[in-house]
Amino acid sequence: MSEAASEQPLLQVRGVQTYYGKICALRGVDVDVPRGKIVTLIGANGAGKSTLMMTICGSPKPREGRVIYNGEDITGLPTHEIMSRDIAQSPEGRRIFPRMTVLENLQMGAMASKQDTFDGDLRRIFDLFPRLKERQAQRGGTLSGGEQQMLAIGRALMSRPKLLLLDEPSLGLAPLIVKQIFNVIQELNRTDGLTVFLVEQNAFHALRLAHHAYVMVNGAITMQGTGKELLAREEVRAAYLEGGRH
Amino acid sequence: MADPQASASSNHGAGEQVELENLRSGLSGEPPAISPRRGGAKSQLSASLVDAVVAGALAAALGFFFIGLRSDIAPGGLALTQRWGALVIAVAIVFVGRLLLNLFVYKRRRSAPPKARAPKATTSRGETYARFSKAIAPVLLLVALAFPFLMIWGAPQQSRQYIDLSILILTYVMLGWGLNIVVGLAGLLDLGYVAFYAVGAYSFALLAKYLGLGFWTCLPLAGILAACWGMILGFPVLRLRGDYLAIVTLAFGEIIRVILLNWSNFTGGPNGISGVPKPTLFGYEFKSGAGGVADLLGIHYSPIQRFIFLYYIILVLALLTNFVTLRLRRLPIGRAWEALREDEIACRSLGINTTNTKLTAFATGAMFGGFAGSFFATRQGFISPESFTFLESAIILAIVVLGGLGSQIGVVIASVVMIGGIELLRNLTFLKAIFGPDFDPTQYRMLIFGLAMVVIMVWKPRGLVSSRSPTAIYKRKTRIGADMVAQGEGH
Repeated sequence: MSEAASEQPLLQVRGVQTYYGKICALRGVDVDVPRGKIVTLIGANGAGKSTLMMTICGSPKPREGRVIYNGEDITGLPTHEIMSRDIAQSPEGRRIFPRMTVLENLQMGAMASKQDTFDGDLRRIFDLFPRLKERQAQRGGTLSGGEQQMLAIGRALMSRPKLLLLDEPSLGLAPLIVKQIFNVIQELNRTDGLTVFLVEQNAFHALRLAHHAYVMVNGAITMQGTGKELLAREEVRAAYLEGGRH
Repeated sequence: MADPQASASSNHGAGEQVELENLRSGLSGEPPAISPRRGGAKSQLSASLVDAVVAGALAAALGFFFIGLRSDIAPGGLALTQRWGALVIAVAIVFVGRLLLNLFVYKRRRSAPPKARAPKATTSRGETYARFSKAIAPVLLLVALAFPFLMIWGAPQQSRQYIDLSILILTYVMLGWGLNIVVGLAGLLDLGYVAFYAVGAYSFALLAKYLGLGFWTCLPLAGILAACWGMILGFPVLRLRGDYLAIVTLAFGEIIRVILLNWSNFTGGPNGISGVPKPTLFGYEFKSGAGGVADLLGIHYSPIQRFIFLYYIILVLALLTNFVTLRLRRLPIGRAWEALREDEIACRSLGINTTNTKLTAFATGAMFGGFAGSFFATRQGFISPESFTFLESAIILAIVVLGGLGSQIGVVIASVVMIGGIELLRNLTFLKAIFGPDFDPTQYRMLIFGLAMVVIMVWKPRGLVSSRSPTAIYKRKTRIGADMVAQGEGH
């Protein structure tokens, strides 16, 4: 890899506009996710966070702008091709396969990867989430919400991604589980150098974790900075944090 | 602004979203607990009486025209007969029946405290089942292999009839297994499966008629052609799921039939194609005289030999279907089918090409349908579009659904019950003694069908065999009990 390529961010979103029919959901969004960093995107309900996530994954496709991964323009590619490029996503609402066992769910995560490293990867996931090891023969749908989220992240990690896209991993989870999951994300980033793009409503946790953060309002980025900077800013506190710290 | 997730989902089609919502609601929340009804026996009795009176009144209102009045064709128009006696009897039956149900069946269920289900218990039950099915499978296979000879030995008079019936059942088993790939594994509701059966049958019949090809040459060709038609159907329906897909596949099934019906020059139209060649054993025919198989083996010729041969052909074809399905389930493509049934969006986010996955499911299912079709053609010797009506699709789908989506043994049980059951009805001559000589039990088969379906869906909503064995085992083998499968999820 050339020097220039390694310096440029792993994921670049440039002037992306996404529409649902006539409704404009993203109005020219620019986001950079540098290598080995955790970047978070916070915003209220309906700000367009998940739309950005889905746009990166190629469904829906942006009307304007480009998505560049690792120096390659992936804007027009079908979802499954994007997802087979060292990108993994843990989608919003977890979307595990409810009737398949935990182990089968994890197997599904390894479908796209070409290397045969299944056993090692599986051991690593079980080390990260010992609960999944206990429950490996259980049906995905019978897991608790927290375990399902662990499974969704574990499944995403099975493809050995360089970039992990996480869409609201804290959705509907108890604070203790949220903390546990965020710890794992941090650990993955520190030890493996995994690049993480995190979309969150739980601004406090997300900002504390992030190297860099964006705030999205009505389909546009209104603020950005390091996590600590944003955490300290009055307007962020007022809009996303007050009363919600836990 | 709308919730982005909701809009994003609606981008993939409304059907998908509805399904997702079903899935979510199916997974979340507690099962509705039935609170035990308190109060003495007296209030129980009066409540039951009131309920029975209401039921009786409803029966009276409904039966007023249906039972109470009867119109007969009479000279100069219709004559109206009044049958109030029959109506009173019907209402009385409803009243008493409802009262008894209330007092003895419903009451108990209401007063019984909701049982807490321990997941461990279901697992161990699942394990028992797994062990049982593992032990029973070779036995069943041996019985299937020995069946024709058992019949000849045990019931020489009716052996031909029974072997013929078992051939029919096995055809439906094979069709059920083929459709199971599409509906049970990939979760694509296909109401027009009979189209592929028809394509297979007509491929063989037409190739034999115009090119003079034999069964064994045409069998793979019929499978390939049916698979192609599966793909052709697959392409336009790629974006559809659930109800929408069902409607389109239903239309497809009818289109094929109507084309076969109207393209008289080529397909023979409603007259069909007759003289479809019989299968040969390595080029030797089953016939009397020189050059036949019996002559070759030096045994006396009997027409039953051909039936036995057909039986083994369909047995091998069905077992092939089963074997391929079971193997595919353990391969990435089979797992992708199952994942597709569970959650299409998650599949895509894992880098699975859902287009290819759906097309392979359609094509594989269609291929086995095609094999079964060409077998059907060779067995009958005559085919016409009449054999490929929607009712056939419905029966095959019913076999798959009643047997338990995705369950192989369930399909076998359902085929035996449904196809064998209909034939059994024909033999229930003693019913004529009860209901009079005009009584024809087969006239009631659709009624019994419907009743059986309602009963099974109430009693076992996910089919007879609703447990699913995992395809991957890390350490210990367990099965997922039916009790742990939430209703309303999947199809």
